[in-house]
Amino acid sequence: MRMKFEIPDDHACAGGKGCDCEPSVAHVGAGGAVDPVEVGRRWFLKTAAAVATTVLAPGVTLMTFAEVDAAHAKPAGEAVSSRRRWGLLIDAAKCKEGCTACVTACSNENGWTSTGHPATDAQWIRTLKVTSRSDGSTFQMPLMCQHCANPPCVDVCPTGASFQRADGIVLVDRHICIGCRYCMMACPYKARSFVHEPLQDQKPYAPRGKGCVESCTMCVHRVDAGGTPACVEACAKTGNVAMIFGDLNDKTSEIAMRVATYRTTRVRADLGTDPGVHYQNI
Amino acid sequence: MLRMRHWTRLVVAVALLAVVGSGLVPAPGMAGPPQPAKGRGDKCVEPTDWMRRFHMTVLKHQRDDTVHLGIRTEKHSLKGCIDCHQVKGEDGKPVTVSDSRHFCRTCHDYAAVHVDCFDCHASRPGEATKTGGATDSPHAGIAVGPSDVTALNRYLEGSGR
Amino acid sequence: MARITFQKLEDHSTFFWGLLAAHAAVIALGLGAFLYMEHHGHIVTGMNNAIVWGTPHVFAVFLIVAASGALNVASISSVFNNLAYKPFARLSGVLAIALLVGGLTVLVLDLGRPERLTVAMTTYNFKSIFAWNIYLYTGFLIIVAAYLFTMMDRGMAKSGKATKTMGWLAFTWRLALTTGTGSIFGFLAAREAYDSAIMAPLFIAASFLYGLAFTVLVLLTVCRETRQQLMSEEMVTKFRNLIVIFALAVLYFTTVKHLTALYASEHHGVEAFILRDGGIYTFLFWVGHVLVGNVMPLLIAAFLSGDGRMFSGRQGLAIASVLALFGGLAFIYVTIIGGQAYPLELLPGMDVKSSFLDGEVASYAPSLPEVLLGLAGISIAMLATGIALKVMPFLPTGIETEG
Repeated sequence: MRMKFEIPDDHACAGGKGCDCEPSVAHVGAGGAVDPVEVGRRWFLKTAAAVATTVLAPGVTLMTFAEVDAAHAKPAGEAVSSRRRWGLLIDAAKCKEGCTACVTACSNENGWTSTGHPATDAQWIRTLKVTSRSDGSTFQMPLMCQHCANPPCVDVCPTGASFQRADGIVLVDRHICIGCRYCMMACPYKARSFVHEPLQDQKPYAPRGKGCVESCTMCVHRVDAGGTPACVEACAKTGNVAMIFGDLNDKTSEIAMRVATYRTTRVRADLGTDPGVHYQNI
Repeated sequence: MLRMRHWTRLVVAVALLAVVGSGLVPAPGMAGPPQPAKGRGDKCVEPTDWMRRFHMTVLKHQRDDTVHLGIRTEKHSLKGCIDCHQVKGEDGKPVTVSDSRHFCRTCHDYAAVHVDCFDCHASRPGEATKTGGATDSPHAGIAVGPSDVTALNRYLEGSGR
Repeated sequence: MARITFQKLEDHSTFFWGLLAAHAAVIALGLGAFLYMEHHGHIVTGMNNAIVWGTPHVFAVFLIVAASGALNVASISSVFNNLAYKPFARLSGVLAIALLVGGLTVLVLDLGRPERLTVAMTTYNFKSIFAWNIYLYTGFLIIVAAYLFTMMDRGMAKSGKATKTMGWLAFTWRLALTTGTGSIFGFLAAREAYDSAIMAPLFIAASFLYGLAFTVLVLLTVCRETRQQLMSEEMVTKFRNLIVIFALAVLYFTTVKHLTALYASEHHGVEAFILRDGGIYTFLFWVGHVLVGNVMPLLIAAFLSGDGRMFSGRQGLAIASVLALFGGLAFIYVTIIGGQAYPLELLPGMDVKSSFLDGEVASYAPSLPEVLLGLAGISIAMLATGIALKVMPFLPTGIETEG
């Protein structure tokens, strides 16, 4: 049984499901009344509605600055839901050999950089140069976390730090990752990296640190704000437009329509992981 | 010591008291409780007294909501604290947690409670970019010198006080 | 039936203290290595994003596997009612606990965030075999401790009922534990070298061998300290026969594992790597695991030792045990590191290349801190056993020899 954090969209936390904070402490009233649990609960329920409305403001402000697809936008206070399943469609025929725009964009966006040691450096996304053993034909394709519906990394993680959001994005909760690396053993795509060295100067929206495992987050901070992942954006800027991002569950979205129309392939589909990243022409 | 007279005992007792007492008096430079930097605006997102005591539980709550549920309200986010309570250094840029003037450090140093957050989280505001995202080159906007890095390391290893 | 009496280690020979001091020194070095790795991060180890589990895991898994096997002697006496093994049942329980503690220490100290051990103890994902193992390991410690109690408490030991019950429980649990350890690898569908249910029985067979080897070597070492012959000639022969049987079992499961894999063309690549082209891994497999770890102990125990042969029974047993342990390390090394070194098959039928070293055999060289940490695990087990034997009567009394 996989833990899915599915919570009604009008999420008002009262120490209910999905929330592991101790009600007696976490929901204590803000009025300086620090003692009884009841006071805290009442306060919280009362203010929850107010919080829900006030937070709309920053969400809206943010959206006015961002180039966002209005269909994606979700109020900042709303929990993600399983009605959506975010995915990528990558057309290898449009992926130009030698182009690494997606890799550079991801590195800039999330702050992982090369130290010149490819064996130990984090690489959330890389381009594969593929050669067919039978006919020698070649092509290039980017590979990152495939955001599986049945992710082996989530299955094996002893603490539940590897988890899948309701909208299908697979993440590492670095707060409870103990750095055992079992997920890296389990991942069929070698999509995960272990942070081998102390880090400084992380991006405020992409925290990462020594001793934890990490991988592509599908730019979850952008997606939650209604944006698209950095790699997809960069790929579009080059004019190749080999990658598209969208909601696979939304039958009217470009990605869902293309997946339904073309014969798409998924990497190691034989393993039954049901990746959210689809490929064409591989 | 066996035949110690009354007056010797008294001297010893007073001397002991003096030694113990001196430890209770704050050393110069550490006088009084810490004065953490004030945030922007006229008040915090919650009453200050309450925040002093419970900021960690709100942060933890928000952390789980954000990571697992994608709830990104700013009111109780660590990023919000960092943005609002930034302390400018001599260069006019916000200081990192490697600097003892950093908002979190003022109290945490005083209370001798180690903050784990900045092992992974940025300890000062980043550049505001569209969609909360990309800058043109890695680490644009935040230039960290080698001395900062060493200082931060020292702090994170707990010997920077 | 003759009454079995037990003794503590009372003597204070330089040999014994020297041994303890040596182990303490290795432990200190291991802890230093841990602090060094913890300070600088795993960059100072040989491990990388392809070989994510390195030498510490080899030692840890080796010790954990040996721990469950060390309980065999006790199981044979309580579960299978073989009284000849009864004098060694207590030692076998102590050794099982000590080896497991040693192994777990190494495993924990290699974590990326070892300070979050409490997280691992309080936050579980019950679909993870790792999470089950946390219960299997702690359960094992508790059950074996209770089992020891039933053996040593006068009242309980007299009736023998409680001992038998606990013996059964411990026996069942140890099978579950090794199954769990083997399945850590067996459940990895993406890794062609592991993806097989036979990993579990293979690990169980291996555990019998390594656990017995540890038990025998500890017994032979303390014989020197007690200046008594703790094992009769009859026992030596029994232990030698067990080594033969266990080595045969390991060879059997190894053969079946690789034959099964060779039959499916999808596994030809990884099999060719381990069995033929893998360099150090191929060498460790054939020479380390097969020859040194199983064939030689088997031959020595079966044909080359005993009256009128090349070695005395005792010598043969000792040599066979040492070889089995070295072979065991080689076996776990090939399994863990060799299995990771072989690249993942990302696109079947295609060759892939990338900046992340896809499609290449991953390189790995054990670093000194890793080796020290691993050796410290063995030393923790041995030091704990040594101290335990000094404080409580776990050892049987034997026949006095000239000291």
